[in-house]
Amino acid sequence: MRTGNPPAAGARGRRLYDFPGGVHPEGHKAVSTGRPIAAMPLLPRYVVALRQHIGEPARAVVQIGERVLRGQLIGRPEGYVSVGVHAPTSGRVVAVEPRPVPHPSGLMDLCVVIDADGEDRAVDLAPLDWHRMDPSALRNRLREMGLAGLGGAVFPSFIKLNPGAKRQIPILILNGAECEPWITCDDMLMRERASEILLGAHVMRHMLGAEQVLVGIEDNKPEALACMAEAAAGSDVEVVGVPTVYPGGGGKQLTYTLTGRKTPSKGLTTDVGVQVFNVGTAYSLYRAVYLGEPLVSRVVTVTGHVGSPRNLEVRLGSPISDVIRAAGGELPGATGEVIGGPMMGFDLHDTSAPITKAVNCVLVRNAEHFPPKPAPMPCIRCGECARACPAALQPYELYWYARHRDFGKTQSYSLFDCIECGCCSYVCPSHIPLVDYYRFAKSEIWAREREKQAADLARERHEFRIFRLEREKREKAEKLAKKASERMDSGAVATDDPEAARKKALLAAAIEKAKQAKAGIRPKNVDDLPADKQREIAAIEARRQQLASTAEPSDTRSPTPDS
Amino acid sequence: MTGSPHIIAQHTSVRSVMLKVLAALIPGTLAHAWYFGPGVWVSLLLCTFFAYTFEALALAMRNQPLKPFLGDGSVLVTAWLLALSLPTLAPWWLYAVGMLFAVLVAKHLYGGLGQNLFNPAMVGYAALIVSFPAYMTQWPAPMDLASHTPDLLEALDLVFAGQGAVSPDAYTAATPLDTLRTQVRAGGDAAAIMLEPVFGHLGARGQEMVALMYLLGGLLLLNYRVIGWHIPTAYLGAVVLTATGLHLLDAGRHADPLFHLMAGGTMLGAFFILTDPVSASATPRGKLIYAGLAGCITVVIRAFGGYPDGVAFSVLLMNMAVPFIDAHTQPKVFGQVGRDRDRP
Ligand code: SF4
Ligand code: SF4
Repeated sequence: MRTGNPPAAGARGRRLYDFPGGVHPEGHKAVSTGRPIAAMPLLPRYVVALRQHIGEPARAVVQIGERVLRGQLIGRPEGYVSVGVHAPTSGRVVAVEPRPVPHPSGLMDLCVVIDADGEDRAVDLAPLDWHRMDPSALRNRLREMGLAGLGGAVFPSFIKLNPGAKRQIPILILNGAECEPWITCDDMLMRERASEILLGAHVMRHMLGAEQVLVGIEDNKPEALACMAEAAAGSDVEVVGVPTVYPGGGGKQLTYTLTGRKTPSKGLTTDVGVQVFNVGTAYSLYRAVYLGEPLVSRVVTVTGHVGSPRNLEVRLGSPISDVIRAAGGELPGATGEVIGGPMMGFDLHDTSAPITKAVNCVLVRNAEHFPPKPAPMPCIRCGECARACPAALQPYELYWYARHRDFGKTQSYSLFDCIECGCCSYVCPSHIPLVDYYRFAKSEIWAREREKQAADLARERHEFRIFRLEREKREKAEKLAKKASERMDSGAVATDDPEAARKKALLAAAIEKAKQAKAGIRPKNVDDLPADKQREIAAIEARRQQLASTAEPSDTRSPTPDS
Repeated sequence: MTGSPHIIAQHTSVRSVMLKVLAALIPGTLAHAWYFGPGVWVSLLLCTFFAYTFEALALAMRNQPLKPFLGDGSVLVTAWLLALSLPTLAPWWLYAVGMLFAVLVAKHLYGGLGQNLFNPAMVGYAALIVSFPAYMTQWPAPMDLASHTPDLLEALDLVFAGQGAVSPDAYTAATPLDTLRTQVRAGGDAAAIMLEPVFGHLGARGQEMVALMYLLGGLLLLNYRVIGWHIPTAYLGAVVLTATGLHLLDAGRHADPLFHLMAGGTMLGAFFILTDPVSASATPRGKLIYAGLAGCITVVIRAFGGYPDGVAFSVLLMNMAVPFIDAHTQPKVFGQVGRDRDRP
């Protein structure tokens, strides 16, 4: 696991590649795999967040008091990077308002609150004729049906399913690695619904025009491996057991493990001809295409310090407190909840927040498995962090520069290649919360970029104003010139106005050109970002807002001029 | 703000790293006591005592919490390494001065744990050999060559009360490195000189066994991944290459490479001193450069320099170069195309 390239032997003799770094935290997987996936009973109330995916939030298209049916569109995608949001059951809309949502910032976000009528009536669901549908129409349909990556990144699937004009995506990888400790929702899904997952993969392959389908599953899930292999028997889908090492389920890591293709440091896996989808996403695609059902539920692992840890099929919008209750409730001694796994998850601030498309696991902590972290010591440059880093960064250097707010240096040490996997913090003998420092540095850098952008915009506006004034002058001059030439035609005295007008027009054109050139220069790091980076921005944006809001009271305390 | 990850690896701490290093020093220390007498226990205890005294003092002056930093074990490693590098049976204040330089100057003046540019033990050693060269050459003779080896009580007496009843000539002898150097400069032939009993079987009587025990401890550290292979391999490789080169050029003046491996502080340096993470290079390629150059310098100092051993000065010299080496040997980020990075 430590040094990089030497290949290991795959399950069926496929040559596997060993990505750098990685750690082996205890899995705790068996805790929640003892019971089959169960559907949550219908709840009296659902809180459906309008922002459940990366990108622009959906726009509410229902009014308070309106009756809705299961699967009815209640949030229309807004902007390109966006997907629809649907009612999880039939009932009545009682509020459209900010509510607590599961987000690292703990901020509220706009939600549609639905009181269930208990009948759970659905809109008419019609399977899609995906074979004959125009690819772009099919993608649009999936966009409307709310499909987003269920591995946690929630990037709109329709975008990832677009092979692009000249892009070649010969390889489709289904990600069933599930490398985070405790989480087993993909594991259980693969055990119980392998054929459906493969049907979804079939559609994906069709849409991408991929020649090869690989399913990567960590070898600590023999049951899932067996079930998927059985379902794939007779097809050319290759189910591959990969070594259990965190973060082996990272898109770039799994791509490398299975194909030996290294995703460029600022690029996407599609740059090396690979598209990666979570198995849960494939399953939801199956439901969308074969059953015509929009994304209104997902499998969630509820584990840790609860009565009966298990996987539940949960309607999106179910309050997390209800979900925990459905898994036997928190046991005495619970010390909080983590959304996601222990390596990359975040603390839940409010259990009334609903399950969203991004929530794959609710992990209830206790003191035994999540002891308080020891106080950090100084860095001793032991290099453990560098050996554990899957991006082959030098985390201790990043830490050093982030701590000293030398953000330029953090960037030259490739801060933005950091995937915040947490391996470095995990192994550090000095117990330094390294990833916190990287998040801090990233948010500071984004903030500066944004300020710069704002300044650029202001300058552009200013330049445009000058341009406009010039144009008005020029138009005036042209009018004058016209009049003058008319007068000249009628034998009046000639003026040099036309010449002046021509000069002005030239000047205006030059200004216009300069303006366009400026618009063409984009601050680096902000545009054309891959999905995970966009998620990062969203998270960081929220964190900053939170910081700002905590800072506000002190501002208001300062005396105002009129007091 | 403490976010993910919510768990950390168990049983990893600065303290456990340091304790492992100490444990790996035990075989070498035992061999030392076996071949050179129990005086080493006295110097170990003294260095430890002064180490904690100065550490506590420095922490108090810097307003740092005592408990975590006294408990991290790093100062104990410094003390132990310095004690094993100094002659035993020297007066007590020599150890005090050595630890003063190691702890106060090399460590805390630079900002404490993790901040020191130089290896603290080697700073202590260098300060002593520059200031008190006479004491630094009075090494106890191997037991089977000495006419008398002080027992523990005599050792305490020597260290605290000074050299009274027993004449130093009875228990000290020039080290093999020293012997070779002075006699070669006096016109002797290296091969002939090295037939003397003090050169033992592999190069240095007694010392060779101690060196082999350090090697054993070092291999344990390697095995438990406390240290990596880069530094010891590059260092020992460079020592062998440089020594072989000199030996081939002029066998009459230069000892064979085996001697250089076994004599003086080579093994201790390779596995315990150069590998001090704080003052060593931290990138894989940087480690090779750092330790490789240190190996060359060690042998060159031994062959041409003014001091009998070159380990301490080679370490200090290379410590100085670490920031530069590290900045220019950054490894390639995963997925980055082209050559390894340069980060000025
Ligand atoms: S693991 Fe921790 S102590 Fe070691 S180099 Fe990295 S940051 Fe420093
Ligand atoms: S969090 Fe970033 S720096 Fe740390 S190991 Fe993961 S990728 Fe490397």
